[in-house]
Amino acid sequence: MTVTTPIAKTVDARGLSCPLPIVKTALAIKEIGSGDLLEVLATDPGSTKDFTAWSTTTGHQLVESSVDGKVFRYVVRKK
Amino acid sequence: MTATLTRPKLPTALVEGLDDPATDGAVKTKELMIVAESGDLERTWATTILASTAAAGEMKVSIFFTFWGLFTLVRPEVRVTGTNWMQKMLAMMNRPGIDHAKLSKLNFAGMGPWMMKKLAKQYGVAEPRELLEMAQALGVRLIPCQMSMDMMGITADQLIDGVEPAVGAAAALELMTNADASLFI
Repeated sequence: MTVTTPIAKTVDARGLSCPLPIVKTALAIKEIGSGDLLEVLATDPGSTKDFTAWSTTTGHQLVESSVDGKVFRYVVRKK
Repeated sequence: MTATLTRPKLPTALVEGLDDPATDGAVKTKELMIVAESGDLERTWATTILASTAAAGEMKVSIFFTFWGLFTLVRPEVRVTGTNWMQKMLAMMNRPGIDHAKLSKLNFAGMGPWMMKKLAKQYGVAEPRELLEMAQALGVRLIPCQMSMDMMGITADQLIDGVEPAVGAAAALELMTNADASLFI
């Protein structure tokens, strides 16, 4: 999916282990407005499933989940 | 879309990582209640990881700190708690504060926790104190046990900021029965 809205905030969770990518995302999403996009960079291989599950439980839409080498990139739209 | 009014089950999405169109985000806020009874490092880690992750998933989370678990909430600068010699002895032999938690196994006079924290740093794992701070920032309620405070001679001003007033077992049980998941750690 192509993202046209600019990214409002980025969380760099590279090198961080579970549950930090999710916890830091939850803290950061409080600082952006509804409909804004949050980008998360992570290297934790477990984060892909975590982000899918987190998006389902919280209702914040996961608009992108991609991987470039060892870096996972997630883009979340705040509900 | 109408929400089902039965008691919510554990979300399948958490288990399988799959979308569940039946819920559509219209479910009741899930509640997690943890009784933190042990002040051991590995258990404090489990408590703080689960609490912060649940809060990140927008669950309502409360932790009831009782017995050795209460030492987790003592301010870092407080060295000795208690007013009589027995209470003071307890704190002398078991230093309060989340940064001083011991391992239940392989503690080796602090060598075990030191190595564990070294490993945690290497692998990007947050320490219990950091996780507790993040949990607080995400609205996790920290509730001390009144009986433990009285028995160990710990006063409210010796506890970290943001801790709620102490309660008794009946209040803790009420939280447990209202929660979707209760854990005794």
